[in-house]
Amino acid sequence: MTDLIRTTALTKRFGSTVAVNDVGVTVREGDRYGFLGPNGSGKTTLVRMLLGLVYPTSGEIELLGQPVPRRVRDVLPSIGALVESPAAIPHLSGRTNLSIVDAAGPRTGGRRDRRDRIEEALRLVGLGGIDGRPVRAYSLGMRQRLGLAAALVRRPRLLILDEPTNGLDPRGILEIRQLLLTLNRAGTTVFLSSHLLSEVDELCDRVGIVDQGRLVLQDDLAALRAPTGRVVVDTQDPADAVALLDGRVEFRDGATLVVRADDPAELNAKLVGAGVRVREIGVQRRTLEQVVLDVTGHGSDRMDGGVA
Amino acid sequence: MIRVELRTLFLRPRMWVSVLLLCLLPAIVAVFLATTHITPPPGHGAAFLSAVENDGSLFPAAALALVLPIFLPVAVAMFAGDAVAGEAAHGTLRYLLIRPVGRTRLLVAKLLAIAVFVLLVILFVVVTSFLVGGGLFGFGQAAAVGQPGGVTSLSGTTLTPLDLVARLVGAIGYILVCMVGVGVIALFLSTVTVSGLGAALGTLAVLITSEVLTTLDAANRIKPYLPTNYWLSWIDFFRAPIFWVNIDKGLIVQGVYLVVFFGAAWANLTSKDVTS
Repeated sequence: MTDLIRTTALTKRFGSTVAVNDVGVTVREGDRYGFLGPNGSGKTTLVRMLLGLVYPTSGEIELLGQPVPRRVRDVLPSIGALVESPAAIPHLSGRTNLSIVDAAGPRTGGRRDRRDRIEEALRLVGLGGIDGRPVRAYSLGMRQRLGLAAALVRRPRLLILDEPTNGLDPRGILEIRQLLLTLNRAGTTVFLSSHLLSEVDELCDRVGIVDQGRLVLQDDLAALRAPTGRVVVDTQDPADAVALLDGRVEFRDGATLVVRADDPAELNAKLVGAGVRVREIGVQRRTLEQVVLDVTGHGSDRMDGGVA
Repeated sequence: MIRVELRTLFLRPRMWVSVLLLCLLPAIVAVFLATTHITPPPGHGAAFLSAVENDGSLFPAAALALVLPIFLPVAVAMFAGDAVAGEAAHGTLRYLLIRPVGRTRLLVAKLLAIAVFVLLVILFVVVTSFLVGGGLFGFGQAAAVGQPGGVTSLSGTTLTPLDLVARLVGAIGYILVCMVGVGVIALFLSTVTVSGLGAALGTLAVLITSEVLTTLDAANRIKPYLPTNYWLSWIDFFRAPIFWVNIDKGLIVQGVYLVVFFGAAWANLTSKDVTS
C-alpha cells in the first residue's frame, strides 16, 4: 500500500508560537484517517501545510508521492479539500459557485462533462434540488454541504476534510458519514481532522491524536480498541460472583464487576454454573475517549496558567 | 483563471453600481450646463467644459476630465483593493489556491481584471457622455456633415472627426495606464491586508499625498516621480500637434510604478502563509 500523505518532523512556528511541532503523519491509500485534537492544537495549520497554503518552518511533506510545497500543484488536482470552513461568493448561487471553483483550476473535460460533474457533486451531498438562490441565503448546513460538493467536483483520490460536519444536524452528520464511507469503499482515501471524538470514532479506521502541536499517538483504531484482558459483568448477585471468582475481580461498582479474564463465554458458563445470574457480559475495550485522555494533557484552548 | 475572473467581474453588482455612478456625474454636469448655459470661462473648471456648449462631441473628453481626479481613482482603488483581500476575507482565496490556481497566475488574472474594469468604466463614461453631450448640445454642425473644421482643439486649430476619435483612443489608453498604475498599488496593499477597504483607503492616502506634494513647490525635486503628476497629460492628446513630452514621461512613471508594485505584490503573495 502506498502512502498518500507522509510528513516527517514537520514543524511550523508563527513567531514564538509553535503551532505544529515535529509531526510525522502517515496516511495510507484507502485509509479513513481521523486527525483528532482539541481546538487550537494545530490541526488546521497542518491541513494548510499539506495543501501548500502555509509553508513549513522545517520538516518534510509528501503528498501522493510528491514533495510539498514544491510540487503541490501537480497533486492538488487529485485532492478535494475542505479547509476550516466552506467559502463561497455570497451573491451567487451554489451552482455558479461550483462552476467557478471548477473552472478556476486546470481545465479538464468538455462543457457537458463539467456540468455533469457539478450536478453529480451536488446530488452526492444532498443539494441536487437547489435553485438559483444566492449562497447568502443558505443555512450553515447547506453551506457545509456546498463546501463538500466543491471538494468532490473533481472526483478526488484523496479527501482532506477539516471539521466537515460543522453546522450539520444529526441527520446531516449521519448522511455525510455514510457518503464518506461510500466514497471510501469506492477507493477514496479520507483524511478527516476533527475535535469531535464521536465523529472520528464512527467514521475512521486509523487515528492520529495531536496535542499542543505534537502528534502524541498514531495507530489503527482496531489496535487501540483491542480487548484489555478484562471482562465486564453485570449481575444480580455481585457478592456471590466476587466470592466465586476470588481475587480476579479488579473492580466493583454496585452490580457491575470488572474481572480479569480473556473469554467472556467461559466466564459466563462458570458464573451461571455456580448459580450466579448474569444480566450482561462482554470484553472490556478502551474507548477512544479513554485513549485520548490517556495521551493528552488539558485542552489547549484552556488558559489556566500553571501547568506547562 | 482569467476567464473566471472576468466572469465574476461581470456578475458583481458592485461593479455595475460603480459604472453607473461614474456615468452619472458627467450627466448631471451636462444637464446643469444645458439648462443654465453658464459654462466655466476657458481655462477654468474641468478641461473642455467651456467648449462643450458649442460641440457635444467634445463632451466625452470633458466627462473624462470630470471623473479622472477623484471618482475614477476611488473606484479603481476600491475594486483593486478588494481583489485579493476580498477573496481572503470571504475565504475563497484558499479554495482558489488549492484548486489549484498558481499564486502568480492568480495575481496576473487580478491585474487583468483591474485593467478590464478600468477600460469598461472609461468606455461607459465615454459612450454615455457622447450620447448625453450629443443629445443636449448637438454635435458641431461641421462634424455632423463630415466637413473638417467642426471641432476645435485646445490649441485653436480644427480637428476632423477621425482625428478626434484617434485622439480620444489615445487619451483613453493613457488614462487606462494611469489607472492601472493606481490599481497595482491597491493590488499590492490588497495582498498585505485582508481588509479590502483598508487597501483602498491606503491607496487613496498615497494618491492624496502625491497630489499634495505636486502642488508644493518645496517638493519640486520629487514631483516628476509622483504617481499623479502626469495624470492630466492625456489632455495633451487634444493639442495640435499632440504634445508628447509629458505623455511619454507619464507612461514611463506609470510603467515603473506598475513593475515595482506588481513585483512587490507578487513577492508578498507567493511567499506568505495563507491563513485566512
